[in-house]
Formats: sequence, structure tokens, C-alpha cells
Amino acid sequence: MLLEIKDLRVKAEDKEILTGLNLSVNPGEVHAIMGPNGSGKSTLARILSGHPGYEATGGTVTYDGKDLLDMDPEERACEGVFMAFQYPVEIPGVNNQYFLKAALNAVRKYKGQPELDAIEFIQLVKEKAKLLEMDQAMLNRAVNEGFSGGEKKRNEIFQMAVLEPRLAILDETDSGLDIDALRVVANGVNALRSPERAIIVVTHYQRLLDYIVPDFVHVLSSGKIVRSGGKELALELEAKGYGWIEDAVGARA
Amino acid sequence: MPQLAERHGTLVADFEAFRAASAYGPEWLRTARASAFGRFLERGFPTTRDEEWKFTNVTPIAQIDWHRAKKTSGVFFSGAGAKKTLDVVSIRAVIVNGRVSAELSTLDELPEGVTISTKQEAWETMPAHEGPSLKSDHPFVLLNTAFFEDGLFIHIAPHAVVTEPIHIVCVAEPGAEPTMVSPRVFVVVGEQAQVSIVETYTSGDGQPVLTNAVTEVLLGPGAIVDHVKVQQESASTFHMSSTFVHLHRASTFTSHAITFGGRIARNDISATLAGEGAECTLNGLYVADGETLVDTHTTIDHAQPHCPSHEVYKGILTGKARGVFNGKIIVRPDAQKTDAKQTNKALLLSGDASINTKPQLEIFADDVKCTHGATIGQLDDNQMFYLRARGIHRNDARNMLIHAFASDVLNGIKHDAIRAELEAVLVSKLHLPT
Repeated sequence: MLLEIKDLRVKAEDKEILTGLNLSVNPGEVHAIMGPNGSGKSTLARILSGHPGYEATGGTVTYDGKDLLDMDPEERACEGVFMAFQYPVEIPGVNNQYFLKAALNAVRKYKGQPELDAIEFIQLVKEKAKLLEMDQAMLNRAVNEGFSGGEKKRNEIFQMAVLEPRLAILDETDSGLDIDALRVVANGVNALRSPERAIIVVTHYQRLLDYIVPDFVHVLSSGKIVRSGGKELALELEAKGYGWIEDAVGARA
Repeated sequence: MPQLAERHGTLVADFEAFRAASAYGPEWLRTARASAFGRFLERGFPTTRDEEWKFTNVTPIAQIDWHRAKKTSGVFFSGAGAKKTLDVVSIRAVIVNGRVSAELSTLDELPEGVTISTKQEAWETMPAHEGPSLKSDHPFVLLNTAFFEDGLFIHIAPHAVVTEPIHIVCVAEPGAEPTMVSPRVFVVVGEQAQVSIVETYTSGDGQPVLTNAVTEVLLGPGAIVDHVKVQQESASTFHMSSTFVHLHRASTFTSHAITFGGRIARNDISATLAGEGAECTLNGLYVADGETLVDTHTTIDHAQPHCPSHEVYKGILTGKARGVFNGKIIVRPDAQKTDAKQTNKALLLSGDASINTKPQLEIFADDVKCTHGATIGQLDDNQMFYLRARGIHRNDARNMLIHAFASDVLNGIKHDAIRAELEAVLVSKLHLPT
């Protein structure tokens, strides 16, 4: 098993958001986490990536046999955890390509691999840029600065393609994307699907899942997973709305 | 008065001794010196009751019994470090304790149109000079006028385009007693001429040193001057510097003032846009740690119409360092269509670092555009997290963001070797991992 979350409780700004979440992810699987606003989807993505604003107050997260919550964000990234941000951060003054080279070489160094030189890096970037239909000009700009919403999301998946993580978490990567951009992003993600890699897709809408077809769908409500199923669960949610799940869960409780 | 005279006893005695030296200069300069010293003695060192010195307490300077700098060999300024400083540019004038060192300077083969006079003879042959530095009432400028030794006179002939920068290296060597060093640089750039001037200030550790520098740049019509000033003096050095710039019609002056050193470092830059279409850019970066105080006072005086001015100052403060920024922009009644933009940003890397920042706009014309903005902050947590979430170590991420903050000022410096050297100093100054 690549990732095992047990009874995870998470607090942000003194409010408990995840209230005992369980999830197991194997290599090669694609899991979709769906749920209404405020159900804790993004909190899950952020606690896994080590965001400083979130605090685990109970439960465990085991990644590749290690305690994930005990690691610094950079250590998680070096261990192969990647989060595509819901709101990618603009960093004026830091060149996109320079940043990515620093990131890739930090990861390679951690793994005991030789760092890439400028030429090797450019070759790799060119190849990956093609996959995401990225313009060379975008690579030479400052990180996300002045990028449109679609460009920012594409840049996230481009980074993922370069860093080749073992666990990718896409936090509402579809939000703000028009259908063309959505296709490009989804193609990029699908190209990265492999038996060694797991992907967690956090999304509010079913639309993205037409393009990135999940193996499992989980519905999050009030901080825990209330229902899990196959890809057809997403369609059912789309048809009936989240109210249906919440009513059903509420009725059971 | 007796009280003041007593407090400045050593200065008065040294000034009397200086009167007998040949460096004291021709008649017009002797008059100027005596008048300046008299005016200095009347007021003494400034106090925090002076508006211009409100946040900069120079008591640590006023308490010291300063001696006029002695002639030295400049031996401390040798070895690899000095070589690195010197070799960055091929044309250089090295001023050690206020006196031009012929051995360290390379002024034998200057490009066409460039004249550099290094001895007091330059003042002899010059007509009586009444530039802005001699009209100033700034206490430290008065003190410099009284005590400067050789002076460095640079003249660029009209229409000369000088491609290689001219490097002025001011070295202060501590002595057995507290030493006051008074470099004076005077640059005249002829009509349509173009030149880039780099000033580097460096000093040794030991007894206190007061580097009290004055630089004056006069630009003829259409002249273009790029000016870099790098101050990386030791922690036992007080650095007081005043730069006066006078711009004629359609001339362009760009300044990059980089401050890394000194215990108290004060930079006054005063630019007068005295002709239509003149353009002035004042950019600066200051980095301070420990208990250093870095004070920048700029004045851009828009005296004529259609002049743009731009100003970006960035400060990085850590430890218990303090920063002061005062940016004055004057728009005179005739200066219609002025376009002035001022930005001051400070990055505080520790809880004990602080900054006082004040824009000061005095606008007497009605058809003008003047904007100013000041921000003070810490490193952005979201940016830090974003970099770390991609595998970049916390220290490297911090390094990257600090570089990014400083980059628009450093990137404005066109000379690659100088810029690379400054980037390296920035890293070592902040103890950043490389």
C-alpha cells in the first residue's frame, strides 16, 4: 500500500475539519475525492502536502511505510508526494525554469541521483512542455506571475510531469478551466498514469472525471468519507446532487 | 561656543594644521573650506531634533574624537579580496584615506574623451566652483568640504561615449586613533556624452573610521550617466555619504545605490532636474544585520517641465538592524507634466528589525503625476510553502525569495561582473546557504 490514512482528525484555525477520515491508496490507482463545499476536500489535500496552516490532532498517515505527518513539506516532495495547488502561488522575481530546475535537482539529490545540468534539464523540459502544450515563453516568466487561471493549472501539471511523483494530489485542478484547458490538463495527467503511481483527484464536479477516469470515488461529508464506490458513484452524485448523500447519511445517523 | 569648540577640539586643531598643507587648495577653495568649517562648528553634529535626522541618532559619531586621516600605504587593502574588488573593472581610481593612490590606480591609458585628475592641481586650474555641494548646509558635507584632501576630478568630453565603466574605489584604513576619511569626487559629463561610474567603498576593521564622502555629478544636455555605488565597509566604520546630481536638458541619470556595510550608514542623494526632458532614476538596495542603522534620504527636485523620475528602494533587515527611508519629491511651479513614481519596500527577516519610511511630496504644479507606495513585510508564507512543496529546502526557498525581492534593483545593474559580485555579497551577508 502506498498511502494509508487512519482516523485522521485535522484542525485549521481552531476548527476541526477532518473528523476521522480513513483512506487506503495502492500504487496504480486513481481515487477521486468528491464532496460539497466545506466538506474538507482541500484540507485533506493540504494536510498531505504539509501545509503549515493545518494541524493533525489525531490519527495516522502512513506513506510508503513512513509517518508522513512527521515530515517537512520538502521532505514529502522528495519522497514523491506532489500536490497540484488549487490556487498556485505567484512568485515575482523567481524564474519558472530556474525554480523547476532547483526543485528537480533537490528531489534527485535526495534520491541519490546525479543533478541534471542545464542542457539535460532543457531537454527534459522541452519534452514535458510539449505534453502540456506549454509555450516556451511561459517557462521564462516568473513563477505563475501574470498567468491566467488556465495557465497556472497547466503549469502545475507540467511541474508534476517533470518531478514524476509517486503520489499526486490534484486539488480542484479543474476549477476555473474552460473545456479546452481541461482537456489539455487531463491529457497531461493521463499520460502520467502508471502502475507505480497513485493519483488522488479532489474535485467538486464530476466533469473532470469524464477525462480522468477514476478507479474509486469517495464522497466526503463533514470531514469523513461517507460513501465509496466505483466511477459510477460520481455519475450518481452528478445526477442527484450532494443533498442526496447528505440526506442519506443524515437519515442513517 | 566654548563648549562646542572644546568638543571639536581635535578637529579644530587638525583643521589648523591642514591650513598649512598644499592640499588645502587655491584661494577660492580656502575660502570655501574656512566658511564650511565655521558653519559646521556653529551647529555641530546633527541631533534627532533636526527633522532630517529624526530617526538617525549620530551621537555615537559625535562622541568620538575624530582625527584627520593620515596618509597610509593602503597595505590592509591587498590580497585576494582587494584584487577581486579592483579587477572587476579595468579603469580605476583608488582613493586610500582620501588620497589618490597612484600605485593602485590605472589611469595611464584612458579612453578618448576621459580626463581624470587626481591631484589638488585639478582644483588650482578649475574656475571657482559653486556647485550644489558647496551650497549645501548638510553638516557632514560641510565637514567634508573643510577636510577633503585630493579630490578626484573626472571629466567626460562632449559626445564621448565611454563603454568601459570607471571604477572609483574608496578605501578607509583605520589608524591608531579614530580616523575621519573625506573622499570627494567630482564628475562633469559633457553634452551628449555617455559614461558609467562605479563607486566602491571598503574599510578595515579596528579603531573607528568615519567615511564622510561627497560626490557631485553634473550632466550636460543630453548626457547619459549610469552610477553604481556599492558600500561594503566594516562594522567599525560609520559611513556618511552625500551625492549631488545636477541634470541639464534631456539628460539621463540612473543611480543604483547598494549598501551592505557600516555601523551607521547614511546616504543622501539629491538630484535636481534643471532642464526640460531630463530623466532621473534612483534605485537602491540596502541589507543590514546586527545593530546596523541604514538611512537613505533622497530628494528629487523637479524644477522644469516634462521630466520623469523613478525611484525604487528595497531594504532587507535582520537582527536588530534599523532602516530609515525618506523620499522627498519636489515639483516646482514650472514643472508641469512631471511624472514621478516612488516605491519603497522593506523586508524584515527578524522580529527585532525595524524601519521608518516616509514619502515626502511637495507639489506646487497642477498638471503632474506623482505616485508613491511603501510596503513593509516578512517573507510570504504562501510562497515559502509553494517552493518547499516542490522539494526545495526551507533555507534554499528563503534564499530564492530574498533574491527575488532584491532582483529588480540588482538586475538594473548592467555590468555583469559587478552584479555577480553583489549577488555573492548578498548571500554571504545574510548567511544564506549557497
